Amino acid sequence: MEKIFKRCQSLYDVPTHYCPGCGHGIAHRLVAEVVDELDIREKTIGIAPVGCAVVAYDYWNFDCSEAAHGRALAVATAIKRVHPQNVVFTYQGDGDLAAIGTNETIHAANRGENLSVVFINNAVYGMTGGQLAPTTLLGQKTSTSIEGREKKAHGYPLKISEMLALLPGVCYIERVSLQSPPEVLKAKRAIKQAFENQINNLGFSLVEILSPCPTYWGLSPKESLDWIRDVMQKEFPLGRIK
Amino acid sequence: MAKIIINQDKCKGCFLCVNFCPKGLIKKSVKLNKQGLNFVEFSPKAGDSTDCIGCMQCAVICPDCCSEVYK
Repeated sequence: MEKIFKRCQSLYDVPTHYCPGCGHGIAHRLVAEVVDELDIREKTIGIAPVGCAVVAYDYWNFDCSEAAHGRALAVATAIKRVHPQNVVFTYQGDGDLAAIGTNETIHAANRGENLSVVFINNAVYGMTGGQLAPTTLLGQKTSTSIEGREKKAHGYPLKISEMLALLPGVCYIERVSLQSPPEVLKAKRAIKQAFENQINNLGFSLVEILSPCPTYWGLSPKESLDWIRDVMQKEFPLGRIK
Repeated sequence: MAKIIINQDKCKGCFLCVNFCPKGLIKKSVKLNKQGLNFVEFSPKAGDSTDCIGCMQCAVICPDCCSEVYK
């Protein structure tokens, strides 16, 4: 009998601090598997965000740096320009990339920096206690919108991927989800594409991953995946955007 | 002929694998692991693992990388 699935080399064999059913664990593993499959572990540099994934460097067995909240793409730009032979990627949540870091995100994309971005969209601020994020859906209850997000008071969900797709420096944007095993495999293919684009010097690539947050959605892990499929994917349609 | 081995001490009991196993071979445990959580157990029906088809869905969806799949 042959082992056909095991923990990959780029993922340390340690327990993570994430809640049961959190999508970060799956996304970390996908990134690690892609790094192993492309055989770039020795030259990969990851930038960890501020948010739930703030200690992602404790879980990945390759070089990582930490950035101030929202500034991951600014740090990644500097690292990539100093080390153009290395593969540099950022791993950011929606509070990091789409709220405090919108400025850095848009300008890094507009400059066409040769970077890969893994964008985890779970429609809520996880680390700070489940507050309303720019990507929170209309009507979604959070700790700062207890009656549900309302368009007059809070505006509309920010579709950062569609916005970035307008910029000429961007070469690849795809939205994927983690709502079932087949979708997880599609997400891995998208991440691999983003890394390959960088290796081929094609420019800015971003993969938006719709990821479950059972704790702050107030749902069980399986219900969270169903909620992505039934509700979230209607607001954030999957597929290649650019 | 396939089987899975679950690292029960790493399991956080999200039970996603229980929901996605097409053969219903993964069960919730009544015992607790080191973390004080209910973990999952691989329980093939006929006493051997002939029912497991090695589809890897449990391993692919596991957020904590607890499953190893053999085929």
